[in-house]
Amino acid sequence: MNVNWHRAVYVIAVIGLLAALIAPLSSEPTVAIPGRPALLSATLLTALLYTAAAFATGWWSIGLTFIGVVRGCWLTLALLHDPTIAGHAALGLWLVVMANWIAAWRGVAGLAGVRPHDKRVARAVELAIPLLFGAFLFYLWEVAVRGFGVPTVLFPPPSMIAVRFFGSLWTLWQDFFQTFILGVLTGYVIGCGAGFLVAIVAHRYTFLGRGLLPLGNFVSALPIVGVAPIMVMWFGFDWPSKAAVVVVITFFPMLVNTLAGLDAAGHIERDLMRSYGAGQGQTLQKLYLPAAMPFIFNALKINSTLAFIGAIVAEFFGTPTQGIGFRISIEAGRMALDMVWAEIALAALAGMAFYGIVALAERATTFWHPSYRT
Amino acid sequence: MSDIYAVARPAAIRWHPAVVRAAPVTAVVTALMVIWYVAAVLMNWNIVRSQFERDDAPYTTGQLIAGTLDAERPLLPAPHQIVATFAEDVFGWPVTSPRSLVYHSWVTLSATFVGFLLGASFGIFLAVLIVHARTLQKSLLPWIICSQMVPILAVAPIVIVVLGSIGLRGLLPKAIISAYLCFFPVTIGVVKGLNSPDPIQLDLMRTWSATPAQIFWKLRWPSAVPFLFTSLKVSITISLIGAIVAELPTGAQAGIGARLLAGSYYGQTVQIWAALVAASIVAVGLIGVVDLIQRWVGQMMGARA
Repeated sequence: MNVNWHRAVYVIAVIGLLAALIAPLSSEPTVAIPGRPALLSATLLTALLYTAAAFATGWWSIGLTFIGVVRGCWLTLALLHDPTIAGHAALGLWLVVMANWIAAWRGVAGLAGVRPHDKRVARAVELAIPLLFGAFLFYLWEVAVRGFGVPTVLFPPPSMIAVRFFGSLWTLWQDFFQTFILGVLTGYVIGCGAGFLVAIVAHRYTFLGRGLLPLGNFVSALPIVGVAPIMVMWFGFDWPSKAAVVVVITFFPMLVNTLAGLDAAGHIERDLMRSYGAGQGQTLQKLYLPAAMPFIFNALKINSTLAFIGAIVAEFFGTPTQGIGFRISIEAGRMALDMVWAEIALAALAGMAFYGIVALAERATTFWHPSYRT
Repeated sequence: MSDIYAVARPAAIRWHPAVVRAAPVTAVVTALMVIWYVAAVLMNWNIVRSQFERDDAPYTTGQLIAGTLDAERPLLPAPHQIVATFAEDVFGWPVTSPRSLVYHSWVTLSATFVGFLLGASFGIFLAVLIVHARTLQKSLLPWIICSQMVPILAVAPIVIVVLGSIGLRGLLPKAIISAYLCFFPVTIGVVKGLNSPDPIQLDLMRTWSATPAQIFWKLRWPSAVPFLFTSLKVSITISLIGAIVAELPTGAQAGIGARLLAGSYYGQTVQIWAALVAASIVAVGLIGVVDLIQRWVGQMMGARA
């Protein structure tokens, strides 16, 4: 039997939409979709768009699908504004959500299947797929929380978190400054710098290197975040203790990776440097360091995540009245979870930006490395 | 590793390979110990001196130094103090007593273990999905990677508060945090492993008209096993970290994290260090267990040593 899956999926979505017209929207008495002219037309339009998408091909099909999905999502969100539906959503609403889900999945799958010739278009598509996917996940979160009437104290919907985020930008900035700029960045620079310098010394004196490498590997496997209470005891509650934890956490990955990287230069290159009569400093600068660059950036990337975790965990052991970790534990204790999520969003954005900047710097400095050649 | 900058060298004495390997490590560890003792004397100096001055008794420098290495609440305890406290906490109490480190380690270890099992199975499941659905690879994988750039430990307190309010307490919330932290290395490793067979090998399977399930069980899965174990070693440590950190924000009564927190509240430095030693031993033990299983599986699969 030869089923056209592409069309079958849209048929299911359209059936779902049409069934939603007659299915009960809520367990409470409420007006059905046909009784709401704006929503009825939106539903019919979405069904029409899906039907068109089923018969269209390529970009047309994908475009029509996404317009339909946006309409469908708007439809459910508009329905959830009705207090007789929010918290009591029944089959009708979930049918629309399912139809959206199926169509969105088909759209993303279609997008994943196209192979544009233009490199820039290919890049945009590559970026759009995860973004659309993520946006739809947020939509599902919003609809699920509001439809099932999950208490916002337990699990706030994304819209509420966004409102809270933009409503308390000043507090967020202060926390960001305290945790990230003072704690993470200072510690990151000192820790990575120290690891790098020690690695260069250890590379020069092989005996030291052979002693440090197994130790570094061993320590890297330990739960080092545990030193946080000790650092808080030594350096007090303010940011120096957080920076100190970050230094300890970032030091060993940097040491181990840089040592491995400095060993990555091949014998032929070393012999070449020797035959040029290059001095130690020159060999280090022109051969060993460039060869170690990919390894060093690997450590910088690992450390960018570790540093953040270390600083936030250190704040659980005592802080002045600022900082992401401090705010999270305080607001979680007061059950103000929208603020907690806003802090998490902040941490997420900062963490990704941090990682992204390191990754960009890597591209700019090690563009010659085989892993970037296409 | 040869001396990298030397041009030529007269033939040196040949040492036994074990000596060549052990000597640098021993030297570095010894140096660290010496530095530690000196630092302990220097950092505890003022505490001990003010103690002596308060007692108004005459004291010598020798007594002062001895005091710095034996203080009750030192800024930096000397290694022998840590070893003594660790030994007392481990052997001095019955294992069921809340004063025993074995008891606390067991509490953390059980959460680690459950979290690791959950996380590893979820990680493998995700990897299998991702390898078989191109759409998922393109849409989900970037989010999984992004999720790791987020300081996930920050979520720990909320997860515990939320789960606690729906009646889940004790081991499971901690295990969930461990699982959330440790699934990532497994997913990435297994995806890499499942994709590691050469196109030639995949083509061969196709010429034999193997079904997708056969390709999976006879080619992809066996080639993913080494990758799986490498990631498991990383993720079991992360799982332990997750379990320890999950004990911090809730004021847990038992566990290594609780010991750290209590030590930090009451200024019991030696207790913190002893708990850290316990955590390190547990971490090394867990990696050792995974390593053993890897060897056993390797033998079962007929891997050459």
